Amino acid sequence: MSDQPPIVQFRNVNKHYGAGPPVLDRISLDVVAGEFVSLIGPSGCGKSTLLRLVSALSPVTAGALSVDGTTPEQAREHLAFVFQEATLLPWLTAAGNVELPLRLRGVPPAERRAQALELLALVRLRAAAGFYPRQLSGGMKMRVSIARALSREPRILLLDEPFGALDEITRNHLNEELLGWREKAPFTALFVTHSVAEAVFLSTRILVMAAGPGRLHAGVPVDFPYPREAALRERPEYFAKVAEVSRLLHTAEEGRAA
Amino acid sequence: MKRRAWIVWLPPVFSGAFFIGLWYAGRAATGLQSWILPTPGEVFQAAWTEHMTLLRAAAGTAMGALGGFLAAALAGLAIALVLGGARWLRTGLYPWLLVVQMTPVIVVAPIIVLWAGPGLPGIITVTFLISFFPIVVNTTQGLLSAEASMVDLFRMYGASRWQELQMLRLPSAMPYFLTGLRIAATLAPIGAIFGEYLVGNASGGTGGLGFLVYVYNTQIKIPALFATALISCLLGFIFVAAVSWLNWALLHHWHDSFERHDR
Repeated sequence: MSDQPPIVQFRNVNKHYGAGPPVLDRISLDVVAGEFVSLIGPSGCGKSTLLRLVSALSPVTAGALSVDGTTPEQAREHLAFVFQEATLLPWLTAAGNVELPLRLRGVPPAERRAQALELLALVRLRAAAGFYPRQLSGGMKMRVSIARALSREPRILLLDEPFGALDEITRNHLNEELLGWREKAPFTALFVTHSVAEAVFLSTRILVMAAGPGRLHAGVPVDFPYPREAALRERPEYFAKVAEVSRLLHTAEEGRAA
Repeated sequence: MKRRAWIVWLPPVFSGAFFIGLWYAGRAATGLQSWILPTPGEVFQAAWTEHMTLLRAAAGTAMGALGGFLAAALAGLAIALVLGGARWLRTGLYPWLLVVQMTPVIVVAPIIVLWAGPGLPGIITVTFLISFFPIVVNTTQGLLSAEASMVDLFRMYGASRWQELQMLRLPSAMPYFLTGLRIAATLAPIGAIFGEYLVGNASGGTGGLGFLVYVYNTQIKIPALFATALISCLLGFIFVAAVSWLNWALLHHWHDSFERHDR
């Protein structure tokens, strides 16, 4: 792993908004291409801020951050973001929403429509291409949102609690599918979540964060082989990993109380 | 489906019949004369005898109202785009917009006649002044109310300011703009009639409902005055109906306000 240059590299990164208290404190982190890294921690630990830094939505206050070997601004071209809400434009159909990033890039209409339909087929929503967001369920909207992100053919995909608002059954299905989509369109993932189970199921590595100020508490490699199937959730080593991460999360919060 | 149509139509028909009955009863009870309180029958009779005059006047008023309304829609959108551009533009210009809005039109009527001229240009100006403000305020609000995460998305995906305006802010503002239009649609016929009353008679024979009010009043044709009120009201309904249709045509595919709640 160490023979590859990191695709995302934090070196002593600090972040605060204006004169406010530090949100992130001395973050140093290397993410290698192909990794699926989950960030988990109590609210206020700055995990969403970390994604905003990588996506250049917000600048670092101090320290160095390189993305894809360059600055976050320069790397944007190869990056896509999935928000907690599906953030679909309500006046565009599912296909229109998936096309949007291509439209912003100036891809001609016929070409981008064809790509959008292909992606909708990938997320099993080909039949809903002409539907407006309000006609779609929460899970379907999130599929469209992910298809939209994939239309950019991102090297790095940032996901900020994308399944947090969904019921557990839908969430489990989408977890399995997300890994499937990653087989077909490989990307490095930075995934923010509140769910230990979800993090263990998806990730190659889990970073447990602590709050006040936000910092990295522990890193846990998860080495179950891919492709991972739903049956993984019934295996004892999966439970053991969930327990390990839960314990670390607990100590992260205790550290704050002390 | 059938049952629902009943529920929509019956109550207003019944309440309407009730009010007409009340009107007749009031007239009978008070013994007021026809030139003070005409009966609904007398009003309809006056409307019939005067129908050519009334319709010609209504057509004139509709022209003024439509002209002022369209000017308000276009200028309102343009001003909103300027105000939506930057905070310093809003703080710098909004007080002066308020000044324009707060100045009673009746006070500036002579100036309007002097500048825009009597007749249609003056009437359109008055209509414009009365109806543009809600369009500006609503549309500006709409341009600013695009969801923050969507703005982030556009920025992150390298959208130009023009793309952001065209693909995000303008569509987000559409329902707000239409709400502004709906308010303006109720104001425009009132504005036009008020304009005719103020500056229309200076034009000589152009007429319009506002001018008719003046004429019928001096002739003490009170039932005809009531008939004029009726026609003005109808004109207002036509304006609002047209904007409601536009609202439906532009929004029903996607906007939550057209969500069907089947029970």
